[in-house]
Amino acid sequence: MSEWIDVGAVDDVPTLGSRVVQAPGGDIAVFKAADGTLFALRDRCPHKGGPLSQGMVHGHSVTCPLHNWVISLKTGEAQGADHGCAHKIPLRVEGGRILLAASTLLARAA
Amino acid sequence: MPKKLVVIGNGMAAGRVLEEFFERAPRPYEATIFGAEPRVNYNRIMLSPVLSGEKAYEDILIHDDAWYETNGITLHRGKQVVQIDREAKRVTAADGTTADYDKLLIATGSVPFVVPIPGVNLPGVVTYRDLDDVNTMLAVARMGGRAVVIGGGLLGLEAAAGLKAQGMDVTVLHLMPTLMERQLDPSAGYLLQREMEERGIAVRCRANTHAVLGETHVTGVKLDDGTELPADVVVMAVGIRPNATLAKEAGLETNRGVLVGDDMRTSDPDVFSVGECVEHRGICYGLVAPLYEMAKVVAAQLSGDGKAVYTGSVTATKLKVTGIDLFSAGDFNEAKDGQDIVLRDVARGIYKRIVLKENRIVGAVLYGETADGSWFFDLMRKEADVSAMRDTLIFGQSYGGGSSLDPAATVAALPNDAEICGCNGVCKGKIVQTINDKGLSTLADVRAHTKASASCGTCTGLVEQVMALTLGDRFSRAATEPMCGCTDLGHDEVRRLIRAAGLKSIPAVMQELGWKTSCGCAKCRPALNYYLLCDWPEEYEDDGRSRYINERIHANIQKDGTYSVVPRMWGGLTNPRELRAIADVAEKYDIPTVKVTGGQRIDLLGVRKEDLPAVWADLNEAGMVSGHAYAKGLRTVKTCVGTEWCRFGTQDSTGLGVRIERFMWGSWTPAKVKMGVSGCPRNCAEATCKDVGVICVDSGFEIHFAGAAGLHIKGTQLLCKVAGEDECLEVIVALTQLYREQGHYLERMYKWADRVGVDAIRAIVVEDREKRRALFERFEISQRKAQIDPWAERAAGRDAHEFDPMANFSLAEAAE
Ligand SMILES: Cc1cc2nc3c(=O)[nH]c(=O)nc-3n(C[C@H](O)[C@H](O)[C@H](O)COP(=O)(O)OP(=O)(O)OC[C@H]3O[C@@H](n4cnc5c(N)ncnc54)[C@H](O)[C@@H]3O)c2cc1C
Ligand code: SF4
Ligand code: SF4
Ligand code: FES
Repeated sequence: MSEWIDVGAVDDVPTLGSRVVQAPGGDIAVFKAADGTLFALRDRCPHKGGPLSQGMVHGHSVTCPLHNWVISLKTGEAQGADHGCAHKIPLRVEGGRILLAASTLLARAA
Repeated sequence: MPKKLVVIGNGMAAGRVLEEFFERAPRPYEATIFGAEPRVNYNRIMLSPVLSGEKAYEDILIHDDAWYETNGITLHRGKQVVQIDREAKRVTAADGTTADYDKLLIATGSVPFVVPIPGVNLPGVVTYRDLDDVNTMLAVARMGGRAVVIGGGLLGLEAAAGLKAQGMDVTVLHLMPTLMERQLDPSAGYLLQREMEERGIAVRCRANTHAVLGETHVTGVKLDDGTELPADVVVMAVGIRPNATLAKEAGLETNRGVLVGDDMRTSDPDVFSVGECVEHRGICYGLVAPLYEMAKVVAAQLSGDGKAVYTGSVTATKLKVTGIDLFSAGDFNEAKDGQDIVLRDVARGIYKRIVLKENRIVGAVLYGETADGSWFFDLMRKEADVSAMRDTLIFGQSYGGGSSLDPAATVAALPNDAEICGCNGVCKGKIVQTINDKGLSTLADVRAHTKASASCGTCTGLVEQVMALTLGDRFSRAATEPMCGCTDLGHDEVRRLIRAAGLKSIPAVMQELGWKTSCGCAKCRPALNYYLLCDWPEEYEDDGRSRYINERIHANIQKDGTYSVVPRMWGGLTNPRELRAIADVAEKYDIPTVKVTGGQRIDLLGVRKEDLPAVWADLNEAGMVSGHAYAKGLRTVKTCVGTEWCRFGTQDSTGLGVRIERFMWGSWTPAKVKMGVSGCPRNCAEATCKDVGVICVDSGFEIHFAGAAGLHIKGTQLLCKVAGEDECLEVIVALTQLYREQGHYLERMYKWADRVGVDAIRAIVVEDREKRRALFERFEISQRKAQIDPWAERAAGRDAHEFDPMANFSLAEAAE
């Protein structure tokens, strides 16, 4: 099996928005920043598990919809005074398609 | 006998290869070149000046006939190669001409992408790629008339500007929210759009073309939303596709383009490829700079230098429309973890943004002043460490210290007739003049003489800015609490300036008010979205990406990521049909909890996000709409049963509550608004702890407001007493509208009332009949677009991406 799995087209993810990829280890959120950069994180806020895919994207961060923690899309780390990390999923773009690392995508637990 | 080189495609890349090649002596090959275009090689990127009339074809020639002769090149012009026989090493053109090769170079460029919609084959639909296209456009333009350009990228905008210069009426249709979104961020895209519009070119973003109209010739286009635009010519400029068909048919490896290695050879070592038709390391280029770099390598390889390699290019874009200065470099997709440096010069319409990563420039966007573009580009390509000059980097190469940004620029740029104080209708010019004429120096004096900020006071900050501007150092203004880290302006100032400067989009606000970040943050974006929606109800398109999840998805997120759904029950009334529908929905979708809320309605808790549209469709079916239980907007109007049933009732409190709710539902407000109507002072509807509460009495209605029963408990204050239901509704609506217009985002009604003062509010919504009426009418206008049930829209498919997962691998097995 290949190391990367195609999960959809770059155009499927709205700018400043996100889409969910359902995976065995829990949902994965794929985000697109204003500049078009794509990121993938486990869709679980390190605070109390809020679905980050439902948050607001700004710069290269997302604000969690439950209690407004700000999470870096690049690292998954909580910003500012908060501590915790949402697991980052390796992502590649090729020919307009979004590829996620198979090992993490298919892992049972994050 | 010298070996033979055959070149397919006589465009910019091929031309450059031959130039480079013949500069190297000795020449090991004899060259033959096939070009589908019936002419010599010309500078394709200069087609736009030819279209606009600034240049003629002769001015943009690269190689004239003499050049081919001098270099002993056989040029087959107007001959399209249709076959490559790699066995026989021979190419054949459409007219039967053949040529044998030892080495072959494929340089077929790219072809315009044509959106497959009805009508695209009609005469009058043109692409923009070569001189023939330009001549077709010029022929139409000569007759005047209307042009529609589909595509707001580099090519589309250059075509639009050219056609405009030729005297046509031009409209650009662009699918995305901002122009040139690949190269520009929304701020620069906004400035570009403004400039195009100032030149008389109409721009429509988020415009999806549905069909090209016409019987025998184009007559117009039709958009998805049903709009029809007349057109005598339609220019299709939505993108390009590498022209790899011929190579593919010859059995060479292709993907999007012809695949080449770093040595620019295709999968056949005797066949090279160069230009826009190639795909190198996964990238297909669409600009000339990379082609020139490739051309050097091809020439070197052909001359026997097997070590020459091409390793990819960093690209920069400039728009060639006279008078528009725009520069963009770097692939923003690479800008992960980027840190932004942003500079906006409001007065001069300048925007600059540099993206840094690990102290190196990875991207730059410059608008309005591009002199430093090449310097940034150079630093970027060299991957120079810029940490030492980080603080002044954005000011450019020649920055020598000194003052740079004037925070008062926004106010300085306002015209004299811009209204500063809305309550008293005082404009900037009046304030400046009064200060000068009367020698005023304090805010109190200015208030006394001009009335500016003398009523609700929300424009105080702005009046102070005008004073600072007029008086210079003689005036120091109190600091206002900024809206968020992206700006120094407070909520009031932002709100006033949105109106005074006529700002109608988020990028417009950020640019004109000098935002310090490129696209705001989670604090300011929802606020701006609300302010714009409130101030321009007819024009502004709601920006879902600037809303909190509950408002974006029209349901309330719960702690486990499921949602709760609350249908509206007008005035707390329901009936068997609605209750049955609710019961059915709860069973059908396995909704775990059904609960009665404090606002007299029913909450369905634990709905899966994917199920939301179906749940809504079922509820809609039974006549129910969204209860906006998630909204910073009108939530509920709680009522008691009043004269209908209660022995103490003095008025039809239920009927009034239903009427208010029917009139006001769907409206967005700075923070949530809850109302109540009680049929007598026993107050069973708890009206006196609501944002607005009515207590019915024998002689009429007491209107109370500014209460709350949340984090803070606050009893309401009496606003006024009115005799009839109509007047009661008018006052409540006017009050709410005033709050909508003055409230800070997330500021509850009671906090607004504390800030502005109950007397000031009463003076407008109770005592001034004219203002009350005007407020009422503004509310009515904004309701036209607001009272569309968001559930019905989504049940019908709007924003489907919010609800559906993009992919599902949840049952997949991990590879061992
Ligand atoms: C209006 C316009 C403005 C532009 N502005 C800029 C700009 O400002 N900056 C920038 O960097 N780039 C710009 N570009 C892009 C730039 O022109 C291209 O990147 C460049 O021309 C590509 O060179 P090429 O040789 O790969 O392809 P082309 O120049 O397109 O040459 C390919 C040639 O091959 C011919 N051909 C194709 N198939 C066959 C065949 N089977 N047999 C024979 N001949 C064939 C075609 O007719 C064509 O003449 C612009 C392009 C256009 C159209
Ligand atoms: S508020 Fe008065 S009218 Fe309404 S139910 Fe209570 S007692 Fe009756
Ligand atoms: S009172 Fe607190 S816990 Fe209860 S619903 Fe409201 S916010 Fe949630
Ligand atoms: S769960 Fe994300 S901030 Fe609390």
